[in-house]
Amino acid sequence: MKNMMDVQDLTFTYSGAPAPSLQNISLPVEKNKVTALIGPSGCGKSTLLRAMNRIHDLYPGHQYDGVINLLDSDKKGYTDILTLKSEAEMIRLRQRVGMIFQKPTPFPMTIFENIAYGLRLSGVKKRAALQDVVEQSLHDAALWNEVKDRLNDDARGLSGGQQQRLCIARAIALKPEVILFDEPTSALDPISTLAIEEMISELREKYSICIVTHNMQQAARISDYTGFMYLGEMIEYGQTDNIFMKPSKKQTEDYISGRFG
Amino acid sequence: MRLIMNRLFIIFSTLAAVVGLFFLGWILYTLCAKGLAGLSLQVFTHDLIDGGLRNVIVGQLIMSGVATIIGIPVGMMAGIYLQEYGGNSKLTEFIRDLSDVMMSAPSIVVGTFVYAIIVIPTGHTSGWAGVLALFILMVPIIVRTTDDMLKLVPIELREAGMAIGASKYHVTMNIVIRYAREGIMTGILLAFARVVGETAPLLYTSGSSEFWSTDLTSTFPSLTVSIYNLATMPDEEMVQLGWTGAFLLTAMVLIINLIGRYANNKQRR
Repeated sequence: MKNMMDVQDLTFTYSGAPAPSLQNISLPVEKNKVTALIGPSGCGKSTLLRAMNRIHDLYPGHQYDGVINLLDSDKKGYTDILTLKSEAEMIRLRQRVGMIFQKPTPFPMTIFENIAYGLRLSGVKKRAALQDVVEQSLHDAALWNEVKDRLNDDARGLSGGQQQRLCIARAIALKPEVILFDEPTSALDPISTLAIEEMISELREKYSICIVTHNMQQAARISDYTGFMYLGEMIEYGQTDNIFMKPSKKQTEDYISGRFG
Repeated sequence: MRLIMNRLFIIFSTLAAVVGLFFLGWILYTLCAKGLAGLSLQVFTHDLIDGGLRNVIVGQLIMSGVATIIGIPVGMMAGIYLQEYGGNSKLTEFIRDLSDVMMSAPSIVVGTFVYAIIVIPTGHTSGWAGVLALFILMVPIIVRTTDDMLKLVPIELREAGMAIGASKYHVTMNIVIRYAREGIMTGILLAFARVVGETAPLLYTSGSSEFWSTDLTSTFPSLTVSIYNLATMPDEEMVQLGWTGAFLLTAMVLIINLIGRYANNKQRR
């Protein structure tokens, strides 16, 4: 089985920072699996995730060293996304590697337009095609029944959990290959959290998923593989069961048993 | 001792507020008393030459309106540059400081400047000169409003836009501006209210005319300049018309401000 993404020996330094925030990180993202990143605040897990679709590049001056390979669409070879330069290549990358943020970020548009917007940018023009994808994405994000009668309302009128599912619908409408989740439930109530966790479990059938979470139980519940990070380094990576049942490193054990973090 | 100081402070603050409000009330009372006396339908249906104010009101609105229409794209684009593209460069800081200085520049200075660069070379006052003076006063306000309103747009929204494959241009135009739309519109409305009541920048630039005109290339009717002229005339009726004009101008500015504030409050809720 080929990996969907492969981070190799990545060192990342924020613009103007004296020391790197990530040091020699390696991480595979396996196809149609959920990979979770855990670790205490400031360990670099979000920084790593944000390197994987190069959203860091919104601000200039950051320094990447190493390789982040993404499986080509024809599945034959890999492209190192750190070599991409033009805005067109970046846009293509972000259409293939979608991202869900911690805070729900509905655009100031209608519910329909929130999802159709990315499709329009990627060249879908026909109204009927847009409608089909919007409906399918909302179904996949388990939101259709709640919003089907008010697709033309402002998306900011939805509840927090609904907004987050809308953001997921918006990401999957573009048919990405990888979806990155950056603590997607930390701003949500337990019921919304559960709904999103269930959805992530289902999404793995179609997508490869990498999720950063503060919540160790969440990682244990939904992920196939887990990476434990600490102070900018990948301490341990392996099958989720192994990481939680018999971690090989002392630091991992201390963290998951709640001794620090 | 502390209690006495506290009491004294409250008394003085209240007194200061009462004094301020007293004069404001006095001004409004005088305006209403003297202005309303001359208010009739004729004011709106006749031009200044026939004892009405129609041409000067329309002239004032045309000049302010044209200045706004030109000022909106210029000011907004500058504001967008400052917030979205400029980063923290020295140039950005310089432009920001410059617009702050321009915002507090005395309007008579702007009027004199336009007089020097347009009225003297062309040899006569004109509507366009008035428009330019109002434009110069207005742009810094729109720049800062746009800058401030865009600053309030959450950074996550820009990232989310990038994350679905939108270019910087699309993120700015379709997401950021739309998020800040109400705030920017309110700012523009208040900027309009600010320039519509200006006299000093128009005094030497547009001048004022007693006749109906929509030709901006020649001397142009202005309400504020006409009020200034009418107030110094010996004729009782003319002075009365000046009071009516002043009342109408105040009412107009007040209404625009109220609309702006109402929209602003509604948006915050």
